[in-house]
Amino acid sequence: MPETKPRVALFVTCLVDLYRPTVGFAAIKLLKQAGCTVEVPPNQTCCGQPAYNSGDKADAADIARSVIALLEPYDYVAVPSGSCGGMIHDQYAVLLASDPEWKARAERVGAKTFELVSFLVDVMGMAGVEASYQGTVTYHDSCSGLRELGVKAQPRALLATVAGLTLAEMEDAEVCCGFGGTFCVKYPDISVRMVSDKVENIRRSGADTLLAGDLGCLLNMSGRLSRLGHEVRVRHVAEVLAGVTDQVPPIGAGKGG
Amino acid sequence: MHITSPAFKQNARHALADANLQRALSNARTGFVEKRARAVAALPEFEALREEGRDLKNHVLAHLDFYLDTYAKAVEANGGTVHWCETADDARRAVVEICRAVGARTVTKGKSMIGEELGINEHLETAGIAPIETDLGEYIIQLRKEPPSHIIAPAIHLNREDWIEAFREKHTALPADRAFAERKTLIDEARSVLRSRFLAADVGITGANMLIAETGSSVIVTNEGNGDLTQTLPKVHIVLASVEKVVPTLEDACTILRLLARSATGQDFSTYTTFSTGPRRAGDLDGPGEYHVILLDNGRTSMIGTEFQEMLRCIRCAACMNHCPVYGAVGGHAYGWVYPGPMGSVLTPSLIGVDKAGHLPNASTFCGRCESVCPMKIPLPKMMRHWREREFERHLSPSAARFGLGAWAWFAKRPWAYRLAARLGAGVLGIAGRKRGRLGALPLAGGWTDGRDMPTPEGETFQARYARLKKQGLV
Amino acid sequence: MAGAETDARSRMLGRIRRGLKRGPLPESVASGLTERLKSHPRNLIPARSRIPRAEQLALWKANIVKEHGTVAEAASEAEIPGLVADYLASQNIPPVVRIAPDPSIAALPWGERPLLSVAVGRAEAQDTVSVTPCFAAVAETGTMFFPSGPHHPTTLNIMPETQIVVLRQSRIVGAYEEVWDLLRREQGSVWDGPTGTRFMPRNVMLVTGPSRTADIEQTIELGAHGPRRVHVILLKDEQP
Repeated sequence: MPETKPRVALFVTCLVDLYRPTVGFAAIKLLKQAGCTVEVPPNQTCCGQPAYNSGDKADAADIARSVIALLEPYDYVAVPSGSCGGMIHDQYAVLLASDPEWKARAERVGAKTFELVSFLVDVMGMAGVEASYQGTVTYHDSCSGLRELGVKAQPRALLATVAGLTLAEMEDAEVCCGFGGTFCVKYPDISVRMVSDKVENIRRSGADTLLAGDLGCLLNMSGRLSRLGHEVRVRHVAEVLAGVTDQVPPIGAGKGG
Repeated sequence: MHITSPAFKQNARHALADANLQRALSNARTGFVEKRARAVAALPEFEALREEGRDLKNHVLAHLDFYLDTYAKAVEANGGTVHWCETADDARRAVVEICRAVGARTVTKGKSMIGEELGINEHLETAGIAPIETDLGEYIIQLRKEPPSHIIAPAIHLNREDWIEAFREKHTALPADRAFAERKTLIDEARSVLRSRFLAADVGITGANMLIAETGSSVIVTNEGNGDLTQTLPKVHIVLASVEKVVPTLEDACTILRLLARSATGQDFSTYTTFSTGPRRAGDLDGPGEYHVILLDNGRTSMIGTEFQEMLRCIRCAACMNHCPVYGAVGGHAYGWVYPGPMGSVLTPSLIGVDKAGHLPNASTFCGRCESVCPMKIPLPKMMRHWREREFERHLSPSAARFGLGAWAWFAKRPWAYRLAARLGAGVLGIAGRKRGRLGALPLAGGWTDGRDMPTPEGETFQARYARLKKQGLV
Repeated sequence: MAGAETDARSRMLGRIRRGLKRGPLPESVASGLTERLKSHPRNLIPARSRIPRAEQLALWKANIVKEHGTVAEAASEAEIPGLVADYLASQNIPPVVRIAPDPSIAALPWGERPLLSVAVGRAEAQDTVSVTPCFAAVAETGTMFFPSGPHHPTTLNIMPETQIVVLRQSRIVGAYEEVWDLLRREQGSVWDGPTGTRFMPRNVMLVTGPSRTADIEQTIELGAHGPRRVHVILLKDEQP
């Protein structure tokens, strides 16, 4: 663990901002528990991945440059998403490779940017959390987090310290859920097929709760689970680790009434 | 080969609705993945070998002119002939000329993706020469008049009943009421039918997994042994090979071979790995009297120096498609040309044009599983993204998508406008779906809501709530 | 070579050089590459076969058996015809064999097994059993090397339903690279400049068990086109 309290920027991501603010607040709580000073840089929007993956390099580069400038002043950047985290950690430097000055800046910001849970464990040395959750959970490994950033053991290590929680691994936890950003609306037939396979594996795990570290995947899996009438609670892993599940219903579950 | 890549979406829809295909694919999906995982786990040096393989191929590509030239001279020194072919058409012409020169009537063929790329079977038939596929997977699809759906398991889309049906229909000399009790019965029948074809063939055509500059050898890797019968029994052996297959030495070939079978079928080594060096020698009791190599370019040399150069490291093991969830859902035919799956999504636009193959690099979630298993560490998602960039630059992407993306980017670059729009959107959706927590249908989002509900937002954006709580001193 | 193809060659090489943003390689670079071809350095060789001799032999055997080969041991050359006859009887295979002209096989005391019908030469369509020598085998994967030549026709490795291989234990080595060096040494490798070396026999088959296919429903069946059975008679020619 760093000697002095590091100043950590929370990059909220647009999906958390729009859909699930509770994840952002859960992230702040966890980062503080781990001994960080947390700030939310103002004027953040999106990491630019939709443009980047659609081949719109110019817009993606514009957005990347403004995000880099926004994040430069901090010791670390934590992102509650492996996908957006991977974009900043790895892809900005690729995107800006033709400009030596910006490439260097992208690399510096990339090197201090982490997916939230891996930051807590790998950088801050967090070994456990003060939370409880009654249920059997299964964890989906989102692709970018897993393959770009090596997020695999860290969420499981922290989940193991949540009181009352049992982890039931699903088969093919590392296989893509079919979200893929714009893929899910450009190729809906294939995407629905992929998420149906995923849902079948979730169901067969016997878990009553599905967790993951990326909201895009969670929205996709939740949408298919509820369409098929499966009663599985869906949450971002940070909500469970921060012990804030009483503050908001699961994703895709209403307030009722 | 007829190209249906522009109809990828319709192809995919049909594939998803085809129950037999789905049964065959689900059979295949787990097998390859588990076998590869076991073979890789049993070799601690596998990751180091991948790095060596990548570096070796990069070295070859950086000196490809030297190695091709050296290889060709070595072939000629051993009494073989190299035919430098710039286009598919040049290659087809060269093959037919060689066959005609020996008065060939039948040609046996080992599995060759270059053969598929050339559409060589159709071309030979037009020239009055009968091509006979001898790899069992290729044989069945030739009987069924279909293209392969996978680069190492061409009939992966078929089930046993499909084999039985085709054999009953085509092997008319055998009793119509014969029983096919087990897979072995099918294999035995194919073996005996094809053995007579091997013995009668005038020319044998094989592909090449590698070409060796040091010795002028071509290398094929099979499990059935059909490639060996194909090249040993006829008067003439023709090797179909593309330029990027060359490696410097036998030692370098060993590095690739240690990666190939493990990545492909999960075997430590394939059953037959055969090095062929020129025609029959003085005193030999068997082997072909002529040895020809069709050295095909067909767009590959133009990939050198571009962002697609690394694709030329590919050794055609099929690990990428075996691990691809999109391939696993739709199978190989949906991709609409010779090379399916992730490697096809990068290579096909290079070879037939991104205007025709534009869907392929888009039909990926960038999940990265292909790159993580590629023995040559080819950054497949990165290159698919490069194709998307070219499509975007050339305005080949659909206009609605461009408009939506443009509008989104406008907001993403203007934080004040973004915050306003986000608040509005989150608020409206939040109210609309508050009770159930999800929406079953949403205007302009049919692609999502046809198969999934749309979970509704909490209602207030993070930024709005954060600003509010901060003002109150609560965060 | 036809004129059109010569042009195709120079155009293909030209496009490669343009892509690489250079002309033909300068002599200093080309000679370095030629030197590498000549010295053919080894790359990474897995540690699995770098083990004491007894374990190396056991590894070879475990690997070939895993790949559906079978192994019998002979204490002397004189035992080999008997072991061939015993194997064929145990498999219910008629005792008719086609043997390689190689002296190490042809000179075995076949006459002592009068019930065994022996012919020498390449394999013909009706031949069901072959007996061949093995140049060398590798412990790493069990793989056996069969270089072609007047003494070892390729058809013997691939046409009959059963291949019986006589392998001398002293010819089991660790890795493929060791076999290439044996071949280079014993075939009198001649480096004749950038047109390559001339030690390679016309055909070298690396065989790891009997022929197989998984083309029907991804399930392995033996005996697709080549031998259904590969039976190795291991001649114990090493002192323990």
